[in-house]
Amino acid sequence: MANVTQATVEHVAGLARLSLTDAEKERFARQLQQILAYAESIQALDVSGVPPMSHAGAATPLRLEATDPQPGLSRETVLAAAPDAADGLFRVPKVIGG
Amino acid sequence: MPPADGVSASREDVLARYEPVIGLEVHCQLLTRTKIFCGCPNRFGGEPNTLVCPVCLGLPGALPVLSREAVELALRAAIATRCQVHEVSVFARKNYFYPDLPKGYQISQYDQPLATDGAVEIPAGDGGWRQVRLERIHMEEDAGKMLHEGMPWSSERSGVDFNRSSVPLIEIVSRPDMRSAEEAYEYLTALKAVLLYAGVSDGNMEEGSLRCDANISLRPRGSEAFGTRSEIKNLNSFRNVARAIEHEILRHAALLDAGQKIPLETRLWNADRGETVAMRSKEESHDYRYFPEPDLPPLVVSAAWIAEVTAALPELPADKRRRFVAQYAIPDYDASVLTLSRAVADYYEAAAKTAGNAKATSNWVMNEVLRKLNEDGREIAASPVTPEALAELVKLLDGGTISGKIAKDVFEKMWATGDAPGAIVAREGLVQVSDEGALQKAIDEVIAQSPEQVATYRKGKTGTLGWFVGQVMKKTGGKANPQTLNALLKKALDGPAA
Repeated sequence: MANVTQATVEHVAGLARLSLTDAEKERFARQLQQILAYAESIQALDVSGVPPMSHAGAATPLRLEATDPQPGLSRETVLAAAPDAADGLFRVPKVIGG
Repeated sequence: MPPADGVSASREDVLARYEPVIGLEVHCQLLTRTKIFCGCPNRFGGEPNTLVCPVCLGLPGALPVLSREAVELALRAAIATRCQVHEVSVFARKNYFYPDLPKGYQISQYDQPLATDGAVEIPAGDGGWRQVRLERIHMEEDAGKMLHEGMPWSSERSGVDFNRSSVPLIEIVSRPDMRSAEEAYEYLTALKAVLLYAGVSDGNMEEGSLRCDANISLRPRGSEAFGTRSEIKNLNSFRNVARAIEHEILRHAALLDAGQKIPLETRLWNADRGETVAMRSKEESHDYRYFPEPDLPPLVVSAAWIAEVTAALPELPADKRRRFVAQYAIPDYDASVLTLSRAVADYYEAAAKTAGNAKATSNWVMNEVLRKLNEDGREIAASPVTPEALAELVKLLDGGTISGKIAKDVFEKMWATGDAPGAIVAREGLVQVSDEGALQKAIDEVIAQSPEQVATYRKGKTGTLGWFVGQVMKKTGGKANPQTLNALLKKALDGPAA
């Protein structure tokens, strides 16, 4: 049985760059615990004979657009949303490797 | 083939005991007009963050729409590498956090890729050819580009440019079928040729249109089981792929010989230092928490579409090579060089058809045209010598109008001026002298002026004939017909004193 603690929520929130209040962490830990418990009850079922279904609309062909290029957003607009930007670039803390 | 770096003298010894096992992953940007999931232009070299929109920036609420053109090009690549294309393939989210990935996941394909089980033909080394099998080709989006250097603030911060974000890619994964750095190089050369022929990629490694990661391990000769592999990244040229593999072979062997285990890891190639350094331990694939992309239903490719793409493909390098050997009776080696590029193959064919002497034309294209293009850094489309002009030159030579030596000079002048060879030959009076009377006159003069050399020759040093040939050539400005000249000279020197 998965055990979602407040520390788990903090870890996942940190990866997603979300800052949560203590009340939110407590609430999300409880909700995630319930979601995982439900998923585990489903996983207990024997589905060995059932083909996996990735989408409800699995039989629908994809819409394939042959588009001509269109202009997107202006650079000012784009960078206005960035926490840190300079010289036309988003700026992020130094990262090593990839 | 690039030479191996001289890392160790024991390379032969290492290769006698260990067999390298190499597989390559090639990322290829597709030559589409737009990005894969949005209408932003797919273009290299724009000002940073000017070819972006909410979709490729991963802004909340933006939804991907798959580009038909991207699927079409991916299909071309898959069919050209003789893959089996799957009617249904599924996009999946590959989740990881890195600043070049705005959504926090890359849309890729995972357990149901577009195509599997292809093959690329490479030279086997014995004059024949063999197959490198492809495991799969799947579609995915590119990430943005990190800039770690070059800005005044680069010591504290990294920059991110999202112009490349969501540019369509295919990842071509080979089976671990290569056994040397040379074979890896040949595979990449052959694969690039196929991708260029199919019009899928521009093959430009400098601009990142083709990127390669190498997986390499060693196993004792005769062993079936694979050793633990290293994955090498940052390989920015085919030559560096070969160098990095050579380096890894020796590094692995040294560790194994010392009784150490090879860690499963990703390493970065440093071309300046000629070595690899550990980057991070390789995540297990479940760390990426792949799951089906909820925003894209499965991709369905009809048999009719596959047939349409197949029919529209041009003749591919391997087929063209076999046809050249059969149709023009040129050696397999010539055909493989001439068919590496479709433009060169077309050039050769146009010239050979007009010239009528396919092998001579092949020599001219390989030895002169390709050399000059390489020297000038030009593409064959920009060759000052057209296929028709080259064919005319071959005919002038074959018909005995000019000598081989003069033909080389004429070629240089054609290259410099773009003039037709006939015009150059007429203008500069380069027509070969086959007239026996004129040649005999020059021979008589040389013999009269060189009593000592004649005496030496007649004492039995007939190897000095070449010297006489040279003298007469000088007098005729190199225009003497060599066969006629040789015969007349021999007669004059061997016969009774003139």
